[in-house]
Amino acid sequence: MFLTENILDVQGLSVEVSGKRILNNVNLQIPRGEVHILFGPNGCGKSSLVMTLLGFPAYRIVSGRIIFKGIDVTDLPTDERVKMGINVAFQNPPAIRGVKLVGILRRLLPDEEKLNELLARVKFPLDFLSRDINLGFSGGEIKKSEVLQVLAQGGDFIILDEPDSGVDVENLRILGAVIGEMLRGRSALIITHLGVILQYIDADMAHVMMDGSIVCSGSPMKILGQILNEGYRWCEKCRQAKTLRCEL
Amino acid sequence: MSASKDAALRAINKPASFGPDLDISQYSRQPKNWEPCPLSNLPEDIIRRALEVGVLPGQESRSATFFQIDHSVVFRAVQEIFEGKIEMMSAKEALEKYDWLKDYWWKVISVDTDKYTALAELSWDQGYFIRILEDQKVTIPLQACLFISTDNLNQNVHNIIIAEPGSEAQIITGCTLHSSVQRGLHVGITEFYIKNDAKVTFTMIHNWAQNFDSRPRSGAIIEDNGVFISNYMCFKPLKSLQMYPVAYCRGVNSRARFNTIIYGMGNSYIDVGSKIVLQNEGCRGEIISRAIATDKAQIYARGFLQGEHGDTKAHLECRGLLLSDEATIYAIPELMAKAQGAELSHEAAVGKIAEEQVQYLMARGFSRSEAEALIVRGFMDVSIFGLPEDLEREIQKIIDVTTGRAL
Repeated sequence: MFLTENILDVQGLSVEVSGKRILNNVNLQIPRGEVHILFGPNGCGKSSLVMTLLGFPAYRIVSGRIIFKGIDVTDLPTDERVKMGINVAFQNPPAIRGVKLVGILRRLLPDEEKLNELLARVKFPLDFLSRDINLGFSGGEIKKSEVLQVLAQGGDFIILDEPDSGVDVENLRILGAVIGEMLRGRSALIITHLGVILQYIDADMAHVMMDGSIVCSGSPMKILGQILNEGYRWCEKCRQAKTLRCEL
Repeated sequence: MSASKDAALRAINKPASFGPDLDISQYSRQPKNWEPCPLSNLPEDIIRRALEVGVLPGQESRSATFFQIDHSVVFRAVQEIFEGKIEMMSAKEALEKYDWLKDYWWKVISVDTDKYTALAELSWDQGYFIRILEDQKVTIPLQACLFISTDNLNQNVHNIIIAEPGSEAQIITGCTLHSSVQRGLHVGITEFYIKNDAKVTFTMIHNWAQNFDSRPRSGAIIEDNGVFISNYMCFKPLKSLQMYPVAYCRGVNSRARFNTIIYGMGNSYIDVGSKIVLQNEGCRGEIISRAIATDKAQIYARGFLQGEHGDTKAHLECRGLLLSDEATIYAIPELMAKAQGAELSHEAAVGKIAEEQVQYLMARGFSRSEAEALIVRGFMDVSIFGLPEDLEREIQKIIDVTTGRAL
C-alpha cells in the first residue's frame, strides 16, 4: 500500500447545500495514527464536513479536494470511501423500520464470536439487537449502537460525531473506555461540543470551526479550556486565529 | 338453497363497489380434469409453485392438507394424530355430510354482494371446509392450495372455516397457478366462524400472473373472547385484484387483526382493504397494511374501522412506499364511530425511500442498490404482525423467495 504522512488531507474545500454555502475553504490534515478534535458552535458546519467527507450527494463540492490515504476520493461514492476505511458514528442517525441492528452488525462482522465480544464490551442491551435500527433508541443507546457499528466496520479512520452528547454519566464512562481503546493505533476525527469525551481519549490536535471555516488549530486541552472559560467568542476575537496555531 | 340462487341470479350483473368491472363471460369454464392423487404424484412444476405460496408437499409439517386444481379436489387429508381434532374436506363433501352446514353458508357474506359472489353461487367449483373441534389446540398449521392449471379459467371456490369454542389453529392458504397460465379469474368466498374463546390465524398468499384477475370475498364472525388474525400477502404482478374482507367482532372481548403486505409490480391494479366492525363490549381491532408500488402499479389501500359499542378500541396503520414515479398508492383510511367511547384511530403515510436512510446504510458500506433493497425488505417486515414464531419464520422465508427476484 502507498503510505503517506497524512491519512486525510482536505484541501481548500468549499461546499454548498441547496445553493447555500456551508463550508468555506476548509483545510485539514490528519497524519496517520493521530486523533484530532473538531470543536465549534452549533450550526458552524462540523457535521456538514462529515457528510462531505462521506460523499453524501446533497453536499455539493464547489472547490477543493479530499485526499484519503493518498488517493483523491472527491468524486467517489459513499460506499467506496467507506470500504477504503472511513467509518463514521453519526450524531443523529435515521430510524429505519424493519431493518434490524443485528442484521447490519452481522453483515459488517460475520464472525459471531467477535461480534459477541464487541457486544459485551459496549454493554449493549441484547434485546435491542432485534429491534428496528435507531427506532425508539435513547440518546445513549444510539451512541452505543453507532460505536458498535463502527467497531464492527473495523476501518482505520474513524469519525465520531458528538459521541458524548445526550449520554448519561454511567454510559459515558462505558463508551469513553470503549472509544479510548478503539482509537489505539487508529486515526480519528472527533467532533465534540463540550469536550467531555476528552477525559477518555488522548487527542493530538484540535481545530475550531466557525461559519464553515477552520479558524484555529492547536492543543486540544488549551483550546477546550479557552472555550469553556470564554465560549467561542474567544475564538472570534482571538487575533491569532486563522494565522497561528493556539499552542500551549 | 334456491333462495341463494335467486338472489345470485339477480346480482349476476352487479358490479363490485370497488375495482375494475370485469366481463365474467370472457373466462373459460372448461377446466382440465384432475384425478385424486397423493401430492407427491403431482407434476414437479405444480409442487414448486405451491411451495412458493407456503404449501408444502410433505405433510409432516402440516396437520391437514387440501389441494384443489382448477375445479377438481386432488388431495385432502388430516394427519393421523390430528384425526378427531380437526376436519378438512371439500365444501361439497361437507355440505353432504352435515345438514347444519347450510346455517353457515352465505351467512357472513351476502350472496348478492356483487357479480362475483353471485358467480360463486351459480358456478360453484368446490373449495374447502375446515373445522377445528372444541377445545382442540392445533399447533401445526393446516394448509390449503387453490391452484389453476388452465389458461383463462374461471375458478370459483367457497370455503368455510369453523373454529369451535376453545379451539386454536393456524391455516395457510396459497392461491397460485401454473407457469403456462396467463389469464383467468379466481373468485374465493371464505366465511369464518370463530366461536367463544377460539383463535384462528389465517395466512393467505396469492401469486398470480400478469393478465390474471382475482376477486376474493371474505368475512368473519368472532364470538366472545374469540381472536381472528388474517395475514394477506401478494407479491407478484397481476391484472387486477380487489377485495375488502370484513371481520365482525360480535362477542364480548372479541378481537380481530388484519395484516396486509402488497408488492405491486408491472401494470397491476390492486384494490385491497380490510374492515373491522366492533359490536360488543371490550372488542379490539387492528389493521396494519404495507403497500409497495413499483413500475406502473396502482394500489388502493383501504381500511375501515367501525365502532358500534362504547367500550371498543381499534387502530389502523397504513404505510405505502412508492418506488416509481409512474406508480400510484392511494391510501384511504376510514373511521366510523356509532357509540360514544368507541376509540378509533389511524395513521397513514405514503412516500418514497428516504434518501437519508439510503445514505446511512451506504455509510455502513452497502451499495445504493443493496441499501434500497434492505429498506424495502425492512418495510415488509412481518415481525410487527405478532405471529407465532414458527409461522413468522416461514412467512419471512416465503417473502425472501418471492421477492428475491424483484429486489
